[in-house]
Amino acid sequence: MAIFVDENTKVLVQGLTGSQGRFHGLRNRAYGTKVVGGVTPGKGGTDVEGIPVFDSVEEAVVATGATASFISVPPRFAASAVLEAAAAGITFVVCITEFIPAHDESMFYNVLRRDFPGTRLLGPNCPGIISPGRCNIGITSGDIALPGGPVGIVSRSGTLTYQALYELSQGGVGQTTCVGIGGDPVPGTNFIDCLAAFEADPETKAVLMIGEIGGSEEENAAAFIRDHMSKPVVTYIAGVTAPPGRKMGHAGAIVSGSLGTAQAKMDALREAGAIVAVNPTEAGEKMVELVSSL
Amino acid sequence: MDLYEYQGKQFFASYGIPTSPGDVTSSPERVVEIATEVGYPAVVKAQVQVGGRGKAGGIKLVSNPEEALAAARSILGMDIKGHTVKKVWVEHASDIAAEYYASITLDRSAKEDLVMLSEQGGVEIESVAQSNPEAIVRRHINPIDGLTLEIAREIVGASGIPSDVHEGVAEILVKLYEAYSRGDADLVEINPLIVTPERKVHALDAKVTLDDNAFYRHPEWDEFRSAEELDGRERLAKDRGLNYIGLDGSVGIIANGAGLAMSTLDVVNQVGGSAANFLDLGGGAGADVMTAALEVINTDPNVRAVMVNIFGGITRCDDVARGIVNALEKVTLSSPIVIRLDGTNAPEGRAIISDLNSEAIFVESTMIGAARRAVELAEKGVASGDIR
Repeated sequence: MAIFVDENTKVLVQGLTGSQGRFHGLRNRAYGTKVVGGVTPGKGGTDVEGIPVFDSVEEAVVATGATASFISVPPRFAASAVLEAAAAGITFVVCITEFIPAHDESMFYNVLRRDFPGTRLLGPNCPGIISPGRCNIGITSGDIALPGGPVGIVSRSGTLTYQALYELSQGGVGQTTCVGIGGDPVPGTNFIDCLAAFEADPETKAVLMIGEIGGSEEENAAAFIRDHMSKPVVTYIAGVTAPPGRKMGHAGAIVSGSLGTAQAKMDALREAGAIVAVNPTEAGEKMVELVSSL
Repeated sequence: MDLYEYQGKQFFASYGIPTSPGDVTSSPERVVEIATEVGYPAVVKAQVQVGGRGKAGGIKLVSNPEEALAAARSILGMDIKGHTVKKVWVEHASDIAAEYYASITLDRSAKEDLVMLSEQGGVEIESVAQSNPEAIVRRHINPIDGLTLEIAREIVGASGIPSDVHEGVAEILVKLYEAYSRGDADLVEINPLIVTPERKVHALDAKVTLDDNAFYRHPEWDEFRSAEELDGRERLAKDRGLNYIGLDGSVGIIANGAGLAMSTLDVVNQVGGSAANFLDLGGGAGADVMTAALEVINTDPNVRAVMVNIFGGITRCDDVARGIVNALEKVTLSSPIVIRLDGTNAPEGRAIISDLNSEAIFVESTMIGAARRAVELAEKGVASGDIR
């Protein structure tokens, strides 16, 4: 088993006729993902290397039975693309679009939460999700992943997600699913959603979690690990030596309090029983060691 | 993008939030003109994006033209915590009966907007939050609903603010929410929000952070951006679309993705070195972006070695390698480069680099190995000169 997506997941690509959508949509199909259609308003009836293109998500869902969508559209179209997918009954939306205005993002997050509780959004500004050997939605290079498990990966940073996959695959340790949740302020799917899914997945035996400075998602994840995870978790937090980020003024400082520094996050995770590594390579090594002892 | 006080006041005024009439200038003579126009007593305020202006002598009350000129001459050019004052804002000095605090920002944990209001304004709100947290009313607003006048009245009603100004404060909160939401701000803050002896409410200060991602739908922001002050290297980086922050170490860092860039800083630190900068190429960087990054780093005299750390996903390693080759053709690099390439088209990228046959370019296969080599080279302080 894998979490969220597997070999049976039928995927639409919103923005398939754009250069990024085409490149990654075709790459996902070549990996073995069931890419069953594309959506571009005004280009219905055409195709991209045999993948039929529809004018709307609704038409595409009726014609193909797709349940997942990969959104690769420019920032100004992202909000309507996400909401269109949810309204058409898509239950898993992967949005890789970067630079979406924060108010658009919190608006569609809250609309999904209120009106479409059955739709899970991954991202925005994320690399996507890969269940190695079964399904790859997004921009991850499939060749750095190794099928067969037993490790689940969840990460906020795109390139560090690739680094994590690579470190484990080099060490001969496969992955069940690797989820890039993205680094934007309002991610549709968070660490806890993924930790809970990995905890429930019988094939996943351990979880590698990669966080970074800012926000309080890692601290919340630490509390979840302490209270609800029976499977071992190895973590790495990027940004110990990073310069202090852009100040959000006094209001921001009050909202986050002392939370948000790499040290606070590492301390919280260590206290929760997670293994804390100081760089991605060490995280990989610790996980390889842990898996060999399982 | 953080706005200066005068820009923040212009921003507020465009959403109907009352502010004191005034103007901004960099000329002492013009300060006198503005002060005379708005009427004495007037206040001359240094425009810098750093706290503690008042204590540093950057805010002066003046009651005649001679004082206005003297204040302008002393404040303009003044250094406040490393920021040189280039502009001052001049406005009529308000009579103050009471000072409040109001702000709106996104609460990332609740994933809703957070309105904060306190009847204890005019001081650092952090100290109020610590000593007297119940003096701050906090209310979450779902962005789908927005802030209605009814809810604004409830917030004001819970704040301890006297009832005769409730309506005035509530109306300002609604307008502040409009400015935050329609104006695509990450943060709007008024401290102090004042009441005059005539019981009028208005904003005496303005702190605004705009969302850079919303720039495309706000052509009116061009004016704000043109006033943005960056040092030469930061300006060069921003013009090239690079995410760059200068630091004070000796190893120049170039990586793709903020997470990998931060992680590269960490690893350089762990092997005993220190980073000269944070530089994220962003997603899908082509050869020209890589060339620009090397050009930017090359202007930093503290850099003794450069570490390029790329994990290709949407970014292709062969493009990155071509960018390095182009940079070598365009500029004389003053430091050796250590390169680590993995991911999309990595073998092609490594082949391009090894074809260069350069003695100043080193390829390492791991992130740690690359960091060790870069730190070692930086410590050796390889002589600058024509490195090809």
